[in-house]
Amino acid sequence: MDLAAIWFALIGLTFVIYFFLDGFDFGAGLLQPFIARNERERRAVLGTVGPFWAANEVWIILGAGAIFAAFPLWYGTLMTALYPLFTLILLALIGRGVAFEYRAEVDNVRWRQFWDVTAFVCNLLPAFLWGMIMANMVRGLPIDSEARFQGGLSAAFSLFTLLGGLATLSLFVLHGATFLLLRLKADTDLHARARAAALSFGGLATVLVLAFVLIGFVQEGRFNALGLSAWLFPAGAALNLALVWLALTLRRDTLAFLATGLTIVFSTATIFVSLFPAVLPSTLNPAFTLTVQGSASEPYTLRALSWAAGVFLPLILAYQGWNFWVFRNRVTGHDTADEGELVYGQHGGQDGIPGDPSASDPSAGRPGDPDGPPAARQS
Amino acid sequence: MNEILGLSTLDLSRFQFATTSIFHYFFVPFTVGFALIIAILQTIAFRSRDPNMENLTRFFGHLFFINFAVGVVTGIVQEFQFGMNWQGFSTFVGNIFGVPLALEVLMAFFLESTFLGLWWFGKDRIPAWASLASIWIVALGTSVSAYWIIIANAWMQHPVGYTLKDGKAVMTDFWAIMTNPKGLEWFAHIWTGSLTVAAFFVLAVSAYHLRRQRQTQMFTVSFRVALIVALVGSAGVVAAGHEQGQSAVRDQPMKYAAFSALWDTPEGGSMPESLIALPSNAQRENRFEVTVPYVGSLLAFNNLSGKAQGINDLQRQYEAQYGPGNYIPSVWPVYWAFRVMVGLGGVMLLVSLYYAWRWRTGKLADPGRLYPLLLVMPLAPHLANFSGWIATEMGRQPWIVQGLLRTTDAVSSLNPLWVLLSLAAFWIVYLTLIGLDLFLLTRTARSGIHTPDVESPSLPSPTYLPGGQ
Repeated sequence: MDLAAIWFALIGLTFVIYFFLDGFDFGAGLLQPFIARNERERRAVLGTVGPFWAANEVWIILGAGAIFAAFPLWYGTLMTALYPLFTLILLALIGRGVAFEYRAEVDNVRWRQFWDVTAFVCNLLPAFLWGMIMANMVRGLPIDSEARFQGGLSAAFSLFTLLGGLATLSLFVLHGATFLLLRLKADTDLHARARAAALSFGGLATVLVLAFVLIGFVQEGRFNALGLSAWLFPAGAALNLALVWLALTLRRDTLAFLATGLTIVFSTATIFVSLFPAVLPSTLNPAFTLTVQGSASEPYTLRALSWAAGVFLPLILAYQGWNFWVFRNRVTGHDTADEGELVYGQHGGQDGIPGDPSASDPSAGRPGDPDGPPAARQS
Repeated sequence: MNEILGLSTLDLSRFQFATTSIFHYFFVPFTVGFALIIAILQTIAFRSRDPNMENLTRFFGHLFFINFAVGVVTGIVQEFQFGMNWQGFSTFVGNIFGVPLALEVLMAFFLESTFLGLWWFGKDRIPAWASLASIWIVALGTSVSAYWIIIANAWMQHPVGYTLKDGKAVMTDFWAIMTNPKGLEWFAHIWTGSLTVAAFFVLAVSAYHLRRQRQTQMFTVSFRVALIVALVGSAGVVAAGHEQGQSAVRDQPMKYAAFSALWDTPEGGSMPESLIALPSNAQRENRFEVTVPYVGSLLAFNNLSGKAQGINDLQRQYEAQYGPGNYIPSVWPVYWAFRVMVGLGGVMLLVSLYYAWRWRTGKLADPGRLYPLLLVMPLAPHLANFSGWIATEMGRQPWIVQGLLRTTDAVSSLNPLWVLLSLAAFWIVYLTLIGLDLFLLTRTARSGIHTPDVESPSLPSPTYLPGGQ
C-alpha cells in the first residue's frame, strides 16, 4: 500500500462518517413536518439533533479539505464539472444551519413556519444531491486530456445519477427515522409515527438502492470491475436493509439504527471501492481518466497530512464520542410557555452529573425579571 | 460563449470570491474576539461564583451564538470555491495550500463546533470546570483556525518552502510554510483586529445598558473587560499593521507602491507620503495629490532617507523578469482602501484611550459625551476589515500566487452563466443573512438580561429523560 492509496481510503472513510452522521440530520429534518403534529413535537425532533449537527457537518469540510490537499487535480476537476450541484449544496447547507440556529430566536408562529420550510428544502437538496454527485463520480464525466470539463448542464443528469440521488435521499430519511427511534421518548405517539415512517421508507430505500446498483451494473457497466471480495460491500448493504425490517418488527431501536447506519457505510464504501484506482473516470476517453496515482500530491505533502491526521483524528473521534455520550438521553418535547430555564436564568457552577435530567432549580429573583422565578420544569 | 453581460468567467469568479470572502469575514473576526471575551467573563463568573456574572456570560453567549452558525456555514463556501471557480489554482497549489486548510479543520473546526455545543447545551450536564474549559477551547479553536487560514493566504502572497515541479508548486519544507514571516505578521494583525471587532461590539452593548442604568454592576464588568481587549486590540492592530507595511516594501513592492499611489521612485533624499491622491492607471500618474515630506520614509523604513520603488520602475523591472504584460494593480481602490483602514485604526485607538482615561478618573459607569459615537463604533472595525482585504488582495493583482501564478491562469473554464447565477444567489442569501444577523443581534442586545421572550438558540431546549429511556 502506498500513501496515495491510503489517502484515497481515508477520504472514502471521511465520506462514510459524514453520510452516517449528517445523514440522520438530513433525515430527521425531512421527517419533522410529517411526524410532528404540534410545536412541542417539532421541538423534540429538532432537539434530537440540536447538539450534534454542527460537528457532524464538519466531516464534509474535512473531506473536501483532504481531497484538496491529497488530490488537488481531483478537487478542481470534480467541483468545476459539477459546479451547479455544488452551488446548490452550499446554499442549502447555509440555509439549514441558519434555520437551526434562528428558528427559536423569535417567538412567532410565522417566523417558525418560515424556518421550517427553509429547513425542509435545505435538507432535501443535499440529501438528494450528494447521491447524484457520488453517482456522477462513479459514472465519470466528460473531461479532456487537460482535465477540463467538456460538457454542459446535462452532463450530470442521467437515469443512473437521478437514481443515485433518490437512493441517498431515501436512505437518509430511513436513517433519520431510526435515529429518532433511538433518541425520542419511547411509547409516545411521536415515537410510533417515527416507527411507521421507518417501515415505509425502509421498503422504498431497498427498492431504490437495488435499482441504483442494477442500473449501474447493467447500463453503466459499473461495479463489474469489482472482484468477488469487493462484492461484500453492496451485499452488506442489501443484508443490512433486510436487517432494518427485522429490527423494526422486533422493536429493537438500537439494532435498527445500527442497521441503517451500516447500510450507509457499505453503500458509500461500494462507491469508493468501485472507483479505485480511478478517482474520476473520463467518459470521453479512458486515457483521460484521473487516477489515484496521477492526481495525488507529492509524497512529502502526503506524509505531512498523515502526521496531522494520525495525531488529530483519534482526538476528534474521542471528544465527538464524548459529546454524544453527554447528550445520550432520550428527548421529549415540553411546553414553551413556562420556559423559564432558558438562556440566562440559572445559577452557574452547579455540578450537573452527566446523565441527570437537565432540570435544575431556576434562580429566584433575577435582576430585571418582573415575574419572579419561572415555573419549575417538569420532566 | 465566453462572456455574459460583457463579463467573463474570470471577472465573475473574482467578484464572487470577493463577495463570499468579505461577507464571510463579517462574521469570522467577531467570533474570534468574542469567544475570548466570553471565556474571560466565564472565568470571572466561575471564580466569583456569582449567578449574576453567570447570567451576563449567558447573555453574551447568546449573542455569540447568533453569529457563530453563520460564520461556519459561510466558511464552507470559501473552501469549496477554490475547487469550483479556481481549478487552475487548486491544481497548482493544492500540494501546499491544502495542508494548512486540512489542518484548520482537524485542529479547529471540530473543536469549535463540538465544544461550543457542550458549553451552551451542556451546562447542567457537565461539571462547571468542564464548562469553563469548553469555552476556552472554543476560544483557542477560533484563533487556531485564523492562524492556519492566514498561513495559507500568506503563502500566496509570499511563497516559501516550495519548489516547482511539472508546472505545480510542491512542498519541500513544511516548517518554513508554518513560520512564514509574512504569515506571522499577518496573523498578529488579523488576530488583534478581531479583538477590536468583538470589543467594540461589547462596549456598545454595555454602554447602551449603562446609559439606561440597567444592571450597572454587571455591565460595568463587561465594559471593563471589553475596554482592555479594545486597547490591546487597537494598539496591536496598528503596531502589526506598521510592521506589515515595512515588510511589504521588501516582499511586495508593487503592492506597497499602490498603497501609497507612488508612481515614480522619489528623486530627492527622502520619500514623501501622499495624503490625498486621485490615481489614474491610464495615465500612470496621480491627477492630483497632496503630500507630506519625510513621512513616507518614516512609515516604510523608520528613518528619514529611505525610498520605496515607484510603480513605473517596478513595471519595467517585472517586464524584464516575467515577460511582457501589465503588472500594475488597480491603484485607486487599493490606495483609498488602505487609507480608510489606517484612518479607522487610528479612530479605534483614540476612542479606547479616551475611555481608558475615563476609567482612571472613575467615570466608567457613565458612557459620557461620546456615547453616540460608541454606539456606531462597532461598524468601524468591520469597515476596516473590508478595506484591508480590498487593499491586500487587489494590491497583489495580477498575481494570485505572487510571482508564480497569474489570476487569469487560475480560473476554471466555466460557463459564465453558471457563475453569474451562483453569484446572484450568493448575494441574495448573504444579504439576507447579514440582515437577519443584525436584526437578531440588536434585538437580543437591547432586550438585555432578563428572562427573554426569545428562546435559546437552536435549542428547542428539549427535556432529557433520566436513564436513557
